[in-house]
Parts: sequence; structure tokens; C-alpha cells
Amino acid sequence: MAVPANLPLRAAGLPALLIAGLGLVTLPVSLFAPPGVETFWTEILVRIILVTGFYIFIGNSGVFAFGHVAFACVGGYAAAWLSMNPMFKQIMLTGLPHWVQTLQLSPWAGVAAAAVMAALVALVVGAAIVRLSDIAASIATFAFLVVVNRIYSNWDSVTGGVAPLTNIPQFGSIWPTFLFAALALLTAYLFQRSRWGLMLKASRDDDVAALATGISVYRMRLAAFVLSAAVMGAGGAVYTYFLGILTVDVFYMGLTFLMLVMLVVGGAESLTGVVAGVIAVSTVAQILRLAEQGVQIGGTRLALPLGLQEITLGIFMVLVLVYRSDGITRGRELPLPRFLKANADAR
Amino acid sequence: MTQFLQTCLDAASLGSIFALSALGIGLLFGILRLANVAHGEFISTAAYSLIVPFTSVAAASELFIGKWHWAAVIPTVCAIVVVLALATERFVFRPLRSASAPVLMMASFTVSYILQNTVLMVYGSQARGVNLWYGLTQQIQWQGLRIPLIQIVTIAVTAVLMVSLSLFLKYSRFGIEVRAAAEDFRMARYLGVKANRVIGIAFAISGVLAAAVALLYLPQSGTINYAWGSPLALYGFVAVVVGGMGSLPGAVLGGFSIGIAITMLQVYLPPELKPFRDAFAFGLVIVILVVRPNGLFPVKHVMKRV
Repeated sequence: MAVPANLPLRAAGLPALLIAGLGLVTLPVSLFAPPGVETFWTEILVRIILVTGFYIFIGNSGVFAFGHVAFACVGGYAAAWLSMNPMFKQIMLTGLPHWVQTLQLSPWAGVAAAAVMAALVALVVGAAIVRLSDIAASIATFAFLVVVNRIYSNWDSVTGGVAPLTNIPQFGSIWPTFLFAALALLTAYLFQRSRWGLMLKASRDDDVAALATGISVYRMRLAAFVLSAAVMGAGGAVYTYFLGILTVDVFYMGLTFLMLVMLVVGGAESLTGVVAGVIAVSTVAQILRLAEQGVQIGGTRLALPLGLQEITLGIFMVLVLVYRSDGITRGRELPLPRFLKANADAR
Repeated sequence: MTQFLQTCLDAASLGSIFALSALGIGLLFGILRLANVAHGEFISTAAYSLIVPFTSVAAASELFIGKWHWAAVIPTVCAIVVVLALATERFVFRPLRSASAPVLMMASFTVSYILQNTVLMVYGSQARGVNLWYGLTQQIQWQGLRIPLIQIVTIAVTAVLMVSLSLFLKYSRFGIEVRAAAEDFRMARYLGVKANRVIGIAFAISGVLAAAVALLYLPQSGTINYAWGSPLALYGFVAVVVGGMGSLPGAVLGGFSIGIAITMLQVYLPPELKPFRDAFAFGLVIVILVVRPNGLFPVKHVMKRV
């Protein structure tokens, strides 16, 4: 990744801190944890990539885009097309070009290709959508999500329709996922500290003033839209390689809602909020899921009724929206320890 | 020719359903700038209130409220949805009154999620067959046309609801307040319009319209599942955008346009493109938002409020 010359790496104290924190958990998890815990933590890392994708656009531009999961869908299918076992591709996905059918790339190349493909789609769609003002943009991105879902779930010869795609290779370790999560956080940080990121934040806080000082809000938004789509695409690919199986409805309203809950609960305007939100909501959801499975006490089984997990999550979200709409971090970043602060500029 | 008339009748009946749905969404959007995603769950709730909860899954579910005389069913279902709509207003949207439009949309997304999962928890995820008003599904033969009675009823009820709603909005005190609030909420409040009352009325009307959609569409679809109302609300959304956001006549015209467009696409689209019908419809939303942000039927007072 290209680092702008005017941004010394040593100023990157915040992502270093967040990544180190995640690494400190990942290390013991990869060495000692039972498979269930490892899956739980890998899922958190994947979600960090996806929520970071949402954050790069929403957090910096202030425009609530509801459709970013569509880019994860695009990325997930790109990954499957490139790395699925060619034998199955020739049977299931007859509409793919011949050179794709015979191809079998490694997951690493798959993630990169997914990011590029999602970015290209975002460039075309974004050129139209980011012109729109707040609620129109929200509705348009929502419509985009529906369009992508309808196309991918009905274009049987290319996507297999609603049938799941299997025989997708997996990473086989938690570390690649960690690496991509770290990369996503670093990308988001470098963008928000860059000239373009700062101009975009200026337009978020006051778009009239930003336009008056000569900022092309349209171009900044489009840049953020494409970059966030690339991260979403990569996230969708990583998610697909994590699951080893791909169904189209994974990337629809349910995931959109979960990602937005995490973003809003953490605080949509800070990168620390992304990590905090993902970990907090995933943990609450996991506890509720375990409670639904129930505990055996004596001869009786105590369990919450099935479905209470989602309802509780929804009520939690309403409470956060009403009482703490800037999230648990209140939109602030993690305070840096002194040895890092000496080098970092004021925020 | 007969085929074409048949298609027109289908379009008018589907358009009526979408217009009612769009009216319920457009009313709240006009006043609160709330893009209410949860409208679909209002519709689902109305349908589910007709059958017995916690019953075993059978081909045709046992009716609960749906068993009563129609004159009792209609007000009861309306009352249930109105109470639900007022409750979401009181507990979710009232505390968020000063929030931005996207946050409101996020909140309605949350309400939709909660309600949908509540339905899922109480009634299960299996589709249920519902035999509501069996007599209405019969067909009348007329000049070679097969006219399902329910289509006539749908069109007639929609016409009656629209005329009475526009009379209410035009001449009653509350209606005038609602229209004033839709035009300029802040100014209306300065002039003594009570915010809670106006918004409460709007939510109640929205709930009645959702109940009407459910009761009119259920005899045609015959089965329901936990996400039954969502597509109806999504098309309502499309209609609101097509008609020009915030304009009520626009929402109605938008609803009929979408009904006609969907029916025509279904009939005249080549078979290999038919599965992509919805993709076309929602692609149209994006195109219209970009090309004609004020909708196809703009009204004068629709403008950005700073």
C-alpha cells in the first residue's frame, strides 16, 4: 500500500495500538483456544473488516449508506469464481467464461481480485449515487442492495442462484484473517488522516462551508465510496473463505443490519468505535445465543426462547440510538499512551 | 384484446395495493422525513393477527380473528395495527424526533428487525396458508373476461379510502394540521399545531392503511410468512420515490405506475429476463433519484429544507 510522503509512519500510533490489541488476543486464541472460540474470534475479525468498510464511507462522509453489503456480495462471488474447484465450476456455473472456469487461484489472490472488482462496481454506481443528498442517498444505496441481491440470486448460470456454492478453499488458519483485518484498519486510518479524508470530514461537518472553501465534495465522497467498497469486497471474500461455502442471502438485510448496529453502537465517527462496536455486539450476541441453548441445572434445562437473541439485539440498538447516538466511544478515538503521543499530531 | 384488458385489470388491482402502501409510507415521510422500513412489518402484523399463534403447522392455519364476521374483523385488525404504530412512535420515533433522516431510517430498520423476529418467535418461520374470505376469490365471467371478485373489491376499497383520506386531509381540522406539518413542520408548530397530535394521527392513518393492504392482499396471496409484508412495503417505497418524496398525490400515482410497470414487465418481459423484474424496478429507483430527484410527478413545495 502506498503511504503518502507527508505522513510519517510513526504517526500511525492509533492503528498500531488497535492492531496490537487484536494481535494480543489472536495469538493465544490460535495456540490454545478450543475450535468454538477460534471460530468466534475469526468471525469478529471478519466483521471488523466489513464494519471498517462501512466506516470508511459513513464515518468520514456522514452519509448513511445502507447498501455496502452488496459490495461484500460482489467480492464473495468474485472469490468463489476464482478459487472454487474447477470441476464443480464447470458443472454448476456454466455461464462463466471458459478461462474463469479452469482457473483456481489461491485465497490471497482471490481477496485482492474481490477488492478490485468491488471497487470497479462502486466506481460506476457511486458516480451516480454520491451526488444525492442524505436521505435520497440512503434510499438509493438501499435500492442498490436489492438490485444486487436480485441479480445474484437469479442469474443461475453464473452465480448458481440461491443454491449454495461449495468446495471453496479455506485459509486453514486464523492469521490471514487477522492480517486482512489489520490491513483494513490501517487503510481506514491512512484515509481519514489523508488530505482527502480531512476534506471529506470537513464536508461532513458542514457541507456548505466545505464547498465554499473549494472542496469538491462529490469527488471526495466518490473516493471514499470506492475505497470502502474495496474493503467490503475484500471482507466479503475473506468471509467466504472463512465459511468455505457461499449463499447469496448471507449478504442481505440481516448482515446489513448487524453491521450497522455494530457501527452505531461503537460510534460511527471513530475507528476505535468500529473495533469496540464489533467486539461488544458480537459478545452480547454470543452470550444470548448460549442462553438460547440453555444451561442444564439439575434435571431441568433453563433456556431463553429461540429468537430472543435478535429481539434483544434490536432493543439494545434502539436504546443506543435514543440515549447514546454517538456510540460507546462517543466518536472519540482511543487515547494514545505517552510514548506514542509524542510523535502523533493532534487529532 | 381480452388478454390486454385482463392485464390492465391486474395492473389496476396491484397498483391499488402499492398505492395504499405508498400512501402509508409517504404520509410519514412528508411530516417526519422518516423512511419507514417497518411499514412492511405493520402489514405482516395485520395478516398474522388473523390466525391463532402457537398452532401446529398445517396447510391451512386455524383462523383467530379471521373467523369473525367481516364487520368485526376490519375494525379489530385496524385497531391492532394502529396501537402497534402508535407504540413505535411513542417509544422509538418520539425520542428521536430531533435526529437526522438517516438515523430515523436506521431506527425504523431496527423496529422492522424487532417486529419481524417477534413474528418469527411467535408464529415460526414456516409459511402459513390463510383462507380469508373465501367467497371473494371467486371469479365473475364477463364478456370473456375472468374477473376475480377480490380485484374489484380492492380497486373499490382503495378508491373509497383515497377519497375519504383526501376529504379528511382537505376539510377536517386535523387534516389541515397534518398537511401544514407536511409542508413545513417547524412553521406549523409556531402557528400552534401540536406536534405529538399531528404525528400520532399520521402514524394512526399509516397503520390503518397497512391493515387495509394486508386485508386486501391476503385473499389474493393465500399464504403468509414472517417476511410477507416486506416486499409490499419495498414497492411502496419505490412508489414514493417515483412519485416525488413527500407528495401524497405523487405517492398514489407512483403506486399505480409501479403496479402497471410490474404487471407489464411480468407479461411482456422475455422469459429469461423475468426473474430480474425486481432488479429492474429497483434500478429504476436509483435512476429516478439521480435524474429526477423530485420524482416524476413533482409538486411545487417539495424543496430541500436547510
